[in-house]
Amino acid sequence: MKKLVTSAAVLALLAAPALADTKIGMITTLSGGGAGLGVDVRDGFMLAISQSGRDDIEVVIEDDQRKPDIAVQLADKMIQSEKVDVLTGIIWSNLAMAVVPSVTAQGKFYLSPNAGPSALAGAGCHQNYFNVAWQNDNLHEAAGAYANSAGYGNSFILAPNYPAGTDALTGYKRTFEGDVANEIYTKLGQTDYAAEIAQIRASDADSVFFFLPGGMGISFLKQYADSGIEKPVIGPAFSFDQGILQAVGDAALGVVNTSQWNKDIDNATNAAFVESFQAEYGRLPSLYASQGFDTANLLISAIEAADVSDADAFRDALRAADFDSTRGAFSFGPNHHPVQTIYAREVIKEGDVFTNKIVATALENHADAYAADCKM
Amino acid sequence: MSSILIIEQVLNGLQFGVMLFLMAAGLTLIFGVMGLINLAHGSLYMVGAFAAAWVAGATGSFLLALVAALAAAAAAGALVEIVVIRRLYKAAHLDQVLATFALILIFSEGTRWVFGSFPLFLDIPDYLSGPVTLPGGIQYPFYRLVLIGIGFAVALGLWWLTAKTRIGIQIRAGENDREMIAALGVDISKLYTLVFALGAALAGLAGALVGAIQSVQVGMGEPVLILAFVVIVIGGIGSIRGAFIGALLVGLTDTLGGVFLPELFKLFMETTTATQTGSALASMAVYILMSIVLIWRPSGLFGARA
Repeated sequence: MKKLVTSAAVLALLAAPALADTKIGMITTLSGGGAGLGVDVRDGFMLAISQSGRDDIEVVIEDDQRKPDIAVQLADKMIQSEKVDVLTGIIWSNLAMAVVPSVTAQGKFYLSPNAGPSALAGAGCHQNYFNVAWQNDNLHEAAGAYANSAGYGNSFILAPNYPAGTDALTGYKRTFEGDVANEIYTKLGQTDYAAEIAQIRASDADSVFFFLPGGMGISFLKQYADSGIEKPVIGPAFSFDQGILQAVGDAALGVVNTSQWNKDIDNATNAAFVESFQAEYGRLPSLYASQGFDTANLLISAIEAADVSDADAFRDALRAADFDSTRGAFSFGPNHHPVQTIYAREVIKEGDVFTNKIVATALENHADAYAADCKM
Repeated sequence: MSSILIIEQVLNGLQFGVMLFLMAAGLTLIFGVMGLINLAHGSLYMVGAFAAAWVAGATGSFLLALVAALAAAAAAGALVEIVVIRRLYKAAHLDQVLATFALILIFSEGTRWVFGSFPLFLDIPDYLSGPVTLPGGIQYPFYRLVLIGIGFAVALGLWWLTAKTRIGIQIRAGENDREMIAALGVDISKLYTLVFALGAALAGLAGALVGAIQSVQVGMGEPVLILAFVVIVIGGIGSIRGAFIGALLVGLTDTLGGVFLPELFKLFMETTTATQTGSALASMAVYILMSIVLIWRPSGLFGARA
């Protein structure tokens, strides 16, 4: 009996370090057109991990090339051969839809640092899926709310013809109280907006709302500025993040955009984050970087409170969201999506660098519209 | 829908068309003369845009940027021809596709390695920016008018080059019978390098011109490349004239289809559904045009070979 206890104790000693190690799989976009977003999420995430000083968290990073099939393969590989405990990193909603349901069905945790498709927030929600960024509609709803307060009564709205584009226009129309002059779905990846801009010129709209993330937004803004049309433009932060503002240049100056984060949100965590990110990578952080940073800190807070092998305790620790967010107060709604304040920011120039400054609060403690459909 | 809007959209279609022509002209020359499918043509477009953005950032001069785009793309084209493409002329089309696809990956990741993942800044110079008022009170961006002008000038220049000069005669002869012109003493490998560099330079020019109103980023060439292939298939492979007519047709179809199809559907559908169906159909319009042309003329509008 004594022998048995000793060997059990030895076994426990041997097993203890292995148990404490938490393995994270990050699948994100690091090559191709959308790489800037993935790079920012990764850098923000890794910054938080290195600042925590913990050496018991191992992160495996893989590039999904913005392709759903590759993301699915990587997820399978990470779960089956790398034996990761938690997955994170995906930028694009179509990739998230391909990966997340199978990951959570296999009992693993998934923390989304960016994509928040409505299908995963409502009826398709899952107890092991947490979104640390936003539900897709949120920033657009904030844009609609801002348009009301700015006194716009007639908007021309456009977005690419894909699920997040539909979510965007739906979100804007959900809160915007004025009329919609025209609603246009552009091609995903379209780079020339001359035809749409001509329609904006011909319309009687008093404002333009657009959701064109990444390079699409750069093209649209440059062409819009060159067209000489004076109608004010509003959009979500995705076309005004730190990574692409420098490429848009003067064309973006003064444009109001909505975001849950900005570098001038006044709290100690955020100030330290902005400063250390700049020191580490030599550039200003974007909202994507802040989302990566928050995701990692949420994860660390949960690891401190519970072991990942005890799924129920770990889930409760995640749900408690007991970490210092760059956004200030942070909490999860019943469907594990953030309830948060969304701001209106304006593009300004600080020295030679284009960046954003908060000018108003668009929506306070805003929860998404799908939470009621979620039954966990 | 006012006539002003329609004229503006026709101008937009023309502008899109002539830029497609710059891409398609090089592609069709290379395919016609050397029988090579060059998927990496879009990468040369990207090289031009990046060279222009870099030089414009360093010197502030848009003209120097355009010269740099031409030079960089032509140099990259010549280098690629000498190092890689030359070994592929006798190979099967599938091998060419494989090798030039590899070139796309090398160019894309190489560019990211040098310039990073974030888009670069390239803007229209002040003297070309802003709208001008055309007869009839149409407000139209001056830069786009300049693009239309440049496109037509290049088309004219290419016509002169192929129809009136000695090089042009050699190019046309090379299209018809490469063994024979080699036998007649023309240095065929030098001619191939030259044609490849010329095609690359045109792609680079297009990249720089379009980069100023769009975004200069890795992977910007591939969507244009697909349409450029559609253009040369419609125009007839190897024909510069075909590429020109094809590019204008594709440009106009794409632009006008994108505007008018959703409007058409709105007449008998609910707005949201109409815009979604209309835009979905509009993105198919170009390919429907291609099918119709191919049913009517299987070798394209001006294609010599069946």
